[in-house]
Amino acid sequence: MNALIFSAVSGVIMMFSGLLMPKHATRTLAHVLLLVIIAVNILELRGTTIFDVDTRGMLVFDRFALLFTLVASLCTLAFFVLSSRDMERVGVNYSDYFALIFFIMCGIVIVSSFKSLLMLFMGIEIISIPLYILTGSDKRNLKSNEASLKYFLMGSFSTGLMLMGIAFIYGARGSFATAGVFVENVSPVLMVSGMLLLLFSMSFKVSAAPFHFWTPDVYDGAPTVFTSFMATIVKAASFIAFMRLFADTFGNLQAEWKLLVGIIVALTLFIGNITAVFQQSVKRMLAYSSISQAGFMMLAVYALNADAWEGIILYAAAYSLATIGIFAVLVKMNDYTFEGFNGFARQQPVVAGALVIFLMSLAGIPLTAGFLSKFYMLRAAISGGSLWLVVFAVLMAAVSVYYYFRLIQAMYFREGKATMALGMTPGFRVTLVVLAAITILLGIFPNLVTHWLYF
Amino acid sequence: MIVLLIFLLPLIGGLAAFFLKDDRTVRTWSLLVSVAALALAIAGITSASTDQLTFSASWMGSLGSSFSMKLDGLSGILTLLTAVAYPIIFLATWKSSYRRPNNFFGLMLLTQAGLMGVFTATDALLFYFFWELALIPVYFLCSGWGGERRIQVTFKFFIYTFTASVVMLIGLLYLYFQTPDKSFSLQSFYNLNLSNDKQTLVFWMMFVAFAVKMPVFPFHTWQPDTYEQSPTAATMVLSGLMVKMGVFGMIRWVLPVVPMASYAWGDVAMSLGVIGIVYASLIAMQQDDLKRLIAYSSIAHLGLMATAMFAESQSGFQGIMIQMFNHGINVIGLWIVVELIERQFGTRKMSQLGGLAQKAPALAILLVVVALANVALPLTNGFVGEFLMFNGIWNSAVTKYNYVFTAVAGLSIILAAVYTLNMLQKVLFGPTGVVTEGGRDIRGNEIAALSLIVLMIVAIGVYPQPMLNMTDAFVTGFLKEIGVSHLIAK
Repeated sequence: MNALIFSAVSGVIMMFSGLLMPKHATRTLAHVLLLVIIAVNILELRGTTIFDVDTRGMLVFDRFALLFTLVASLCTLAFFVLSSRDMERVGVNYSDYFALIFFIMCGIVIVSSFKSLLMLFMGIEIISIPLYILTGSDKRNLKSNEASLKYFLMGSFSTGLMLMGIAFIYGARGSFATAGVFVENVSPVLMVSGMLLLLFSMSFKVSAAPFHFWTPDVYDGAPTVFTSFMATIVKAASFIAFMRLFADTFGNLQAEWKLLVGIIVALTLFIGNITAVFQQSVKRMLAYSSISQAGFMMLAVYALNADAWEGIILYAAAYSLATIGIFAVLVKMNDYTFEGFNGFARQQPVVAGALVIFLMSLAGIPLTAGFLSKFYMLRAAISGGSLWLVVFAVLMAAVSVYYYFRLIQAMYFREGKATMALGMTPGFRVTLVVLAAITILLGIFPNLVTHWLYF
Repeated sequence: MIVLLIFLLPLIGGLAAFFLKDDRTVRTWSLLVSVAALALAIAGITSASTDQLTFSASWMGSLGSSFSMKLDGLSGILTLLTAVAYPIIFLATWKSSYRRPNNFFGLMLLTQAGLMGVFTATDALLFYFFWELALIPVYFLCSGWGGERRIQVTFKFFIYTFTASVVMLIGLLYLYFQTPDKSFSLQSFYNLNLSNDKQTLVFWMMFVAFAVKMPVFPFHTWQPDTYEQSPTAATMVLSGLMVKMGVFGMIRWVLPVVPMASYAWGDVAMSLGVIGIVYASLIAMQQDDLKRLIAYSSIAHLGLMATAMFAESQSGFQGIMIQMFNHGINVIGLWIVVELIERQFGTRKMSQLGGLAQKAPALAILLVVVALANVALPLTNGFVGEFLMFNGIWNSAVTKYNYVFTAVAGLSIILAAVYTLNMLQKVLFGPTGVVTEGGRDIRGNEIAALSLIVLMIVAIGVYPQPMLNMTDAFVTGFLKEIGVSHLIAK
């Protein structure tokens, strides 16, 4: 509750700060507000709530919700520190971008704690609408406009599906509550078709195949700083919503959706990884990589056991940190192709070293957080009894090594002159190194995150 | 405690090496670290207290894993090999110049840490961690300092090994879920008693990973290219030490864990082994490039180990353990010679060399001894291991085709003599060519490194008893573990 109210208020403050303050002050203000959100969220995790609002059971701030909010806001902090300067280049409404991001934070808090389908819908929409705007924020760029329009049309369509699904579920049970509804003679047709509609619309939001077609274009067209935010924190939040929804509402319908979700997992892994192999632009490769990573995260939805809940939090942290780090460097590059990184390690050894750790984390090499989070997913799926899906998933992870390591090859082993459009401050380098250190630390001691779920 | 230090020393030494600036300092530092590791390894092998030989700390308990290591007969001999090999490698490449030497030597030491970890880990997840820890630095070594086609070739090697290792990971995870106490520890795996179907599934998942590493016949295609394109110091690590990870993994993590499947599929595995022997030897005979010749010869030797392994007999296992050590130092000896020749003459083509015996008598004498050990001539160390392995295959109680396998595998001795002696002839004897005209003999550090190897070759060849003693106790216990004595009794 603390984080929800503070991020809503922060959003409003940021909207007006643009009128009153110069740019660098806005930036500092945004950092301070975010730190406050993190602080109050930690307070709530330790048991201190500042606001006592009766949500009539529509929002429940359990440990899982609070922990995910914490992870998401910490990742946003990393994003702010690394990329907030580069947001200036996108357009003139600097403070509004921060405001929109705070509103998205609001949505993230809601989707990680909803207990009512209405709240799910509200949360998803609060996340999506600012994203449509951020995608199109580079107003003079045709690709950005196209991406925004495409995202808006497709997104609205899937929201429509979601609403219809919610309506069906309501029709069957006469309640919006996700769990704890016991009604005699629930119509299976309404329940199952509602479940299918929700499955499809949520798959759209997390860009799982075959609902992923918008992803590469939107991620590619959106200004790179915002792609970084969309592809990581927002995507992870959608997964949390997905898991909560399916665990609470459709837990007893597993027989109906298990196979379907399994197929979606396999398809997402396959399409994401195989297509990523053929990309020439790092930005587009990361877009497809986000699809393939979604395939792995989807295993958590598939398994829905204790490992899956722990794993998805770790996965969200590992994947977000690594991807934000890579995007933060990418924003500063002149040339987004793999060739543009040739010889990068010679010029920026520290940054290149951090990138190697991020890429290894994404590829799932041991001693990085990425490995352990994948390991949790595999463990969750095997204990669910699906050995073959797991074998397929690791083979696809082996494919992913190909495109992640292509970037390492370009940076370290190929000759060339990688040029950067923007300079890097020492603070930027230090932040990257810190993120890399956290990535390794989580890879050795995952309990640093997961024990918060219980203690 | 010693067992932990054996792993930590190269790890910390390697990380520290990255921050050293001067070429000379880095080399001295690495040599010191590797010598210290050797001292530790010797202390470890000679020590008898279990406190020193085992280490266990809690780590990722929620995942059922712990940080536990153990030094026993099998891991002892391989840690010793790793510890012996590194000072020799550093000594032999003392004069080779590397760009950014701090990174090069740092990565070399990290690889050593990974290898030490692999050989001592008694927890499956930890084992997997070390397995990759050994692989990643070698990938960077080969890609960063290798030959012309290094990027594609090492990438192939990396993807090959990584794919196999993730399949192994699934195998380990699967075993984990079968254990009653949900644990990754080696002992829980040994206590498993799986049904035959499950054993077969796990067997193939793990077999592929280790077979790629060794490499066994159909999985060997990465190897010659990688050896050829890698910087020689890395090739020494790859062929002298890393292939032993495959053999070791098979002995420690496959045979005792899924004994029934290893027995049932033993004939298939042995057939792959003997095919590899003949196939690789025939190709080795056709090679003109010294590195490729040694690469194929290495495949043949490993093929023999694979065959002997699935014979599951006392002398076979003892032979493998001894041969792992001996093959390691012999092949490093050969690579040192290749490195010396290439550095001096700029070529590895046997057709362009010749007459080195006149120009470099010291090199010639040392090379002849190493080459004869490669052929397994009696009184060299190669003979001890190979003889025991042939004996093991011949007397194998688990296969019906033991005589056939022995006969075909026996070809390896003849074929090895053909290609090795041919190599000696072309390189050392005959008239000096254009390239070798201005050749000079080897000096100081090079003689030191090669003499150390020759010394060990002769010493073990003449008096193998200490090694036999070292391996005997382990193999006896091990055979009980895999239940072969039980099979024979039936």
